[in-house]
Amino acid sequence: MVIRVVLPAHLKTLAQANGEVQLEAGERPTQRTVLDALEARYPVLRGTIRDHHTQRRRPFVRFFACAHDLSHELPDAPLPDAVATGAEPYLIVGAMAGG
Amino acid sequence: MSKVRVLIGTRKGAFIATADGKRDGWRIDGPHFAGWEIYHLKGSPADPNRLYASQSSGWFGQVIQRSDDGGATWSPVGNEFTYAGVPGTHQWYDGTPRPWEFKRVWHLEPSHGDPDDVYAGVEDAALFRSTDGGTSWTELRGLREHGSGPQWQPGAGGMCLHTILLDPRQNGRIFVAISAAGAFRSDDAGATWRPVNRGLRSAQLPDEDAEVGHCVHRIARHPSRPDVLFMQKHWDVMRSDDAGESWREVSGNLPSDFGFPIDVHAHEPETIYVVPIKSDSEHFVPDAKLRVYRSRTGGEEWEALSDGLPQRDCYVNVLRDAMAVDSLDPCGVYFGTTGGQVYASANAGDAWTAIARDLPAVLSVEVQTLP
Repeated sequence: MVIRVVLPAHLKTLAQANGEVQLEAGERPTQRTVLDALEARYPVLRGTIRDHHTQRRRPFVRFFACAHDLSHELPDAPLPDAVATGAEPYLIVGAMAGG
Repeated sequence: MSKVRVLIGTRKGAFIATADGKRDGWRIDGPHFAGWEIYHLKGSPADPNRLYASQSSGWFGQVIQRSDDGGATWSPVGNEFTYAGVPGTHQWYDGTPRPWEFKRVWHLEPSHGDPDDVYAGVEDAALFRSTDGGTSWTELRGLREHGSGPQWQPGAGGMCLHTILLDPRQNGRIFVAISAAGAFRSDDAGATWRPVNRGLRSAQLPDEDAEVGHCVHRIARHPSRPDVLFMQKHWDVMRSDDAGESWREVSGNLPSDFGFPIDVHAHEPETIYVVPIKSDSEHFVPDAKLRVYRSRTGGEEWEALSDGLPQRDCYVNVLRDAMAVDSLDPCGVYFGTTGGQVYASANAGDAWTAIARDLPAVLSVEVQTLP
């Protein structure tokens, strides 16, 4: 499955990624497999989205898809079909907080 | 002709100002890492083209950047700062125990002899070292574990290790300072540590003479006299002539002895600089006048330096890492403000010019004197 991932501007710059990122994330993609694939492609992103050790989402990072907030879903839950098929992107978002 | 490179860390990116030895025409490059907080940048004494930068964000955490060409290009290196063992707890603001948790790198200190050897002072307070150019980081755990760690507590800015002084004799002696724990010394390259705070008095502590708990804001020294230390504490300017074994106050006639940075003239070990701030509750300059104070007597007797600095309606602060000197003759002195100005003096502080006026709030200023 090819997953489309949209990074926030700062992480796009850090990773030197242009536009959407397309990733192979296994036959039954989850948030964990997507983020694992993303960090494997761009090691510089390790620690910027999830904690290095606990793998927990950083507090001011959110995950959206199909107009839903997936931030509090279990990391091993399957992603929506529309994301898994590449019809909809998986959005990694910097929370609206200060600036 | 010599050249000067000023490394400026701000709330929203890094800037690099350069000038020739006359220091009267400046070029500013940046922002590098736009939008990120750059707590500190510093060059290696062993290779001035090797720079390190601490890039962080409340959203995306810590990144360490390295340049091998004097800041023209940068590459991210390792950002994994893991406390050794089970980190335990320190005190929170309300006195309750709180687990150690890495937040950011406040200060990077490259070693004297090897550009790949660099130390990082972090929040929550600990000292890390990399010997591979920043790719991997290892905690020098003896500091955090020397015994008083559970008593340390954060200052208003967080519980940060912000000052790292490596002995120019390369004899294994290291000083660090932590807000709000105090000053600590190692004589064995960071394996073991002890507090060196005798003589410090802090009215904010139940025991004013406590061994730890003092909010040290900055320590500086002249490389020719590595055992003579000058300290800007939360309140009080202090000096030690015995490598921190004892301290005495040298605030003298300063209009306020609260402040953050302190630095030493490059060629006169008894000439020191501070920027008095009104108080711990009013973090701006006294009387709305921006004045650097210089002592040519190692403290006690201070003179105001104001030529070229705003003398009305000024309400900026100068943070602890935001002052530096070059090693030209006459000595150049530089500092940055929370209002985004960077001021330089090419005559040891007698007169100042703004080399930048409208940057984001300045967090740090370092200077490299290049051939």
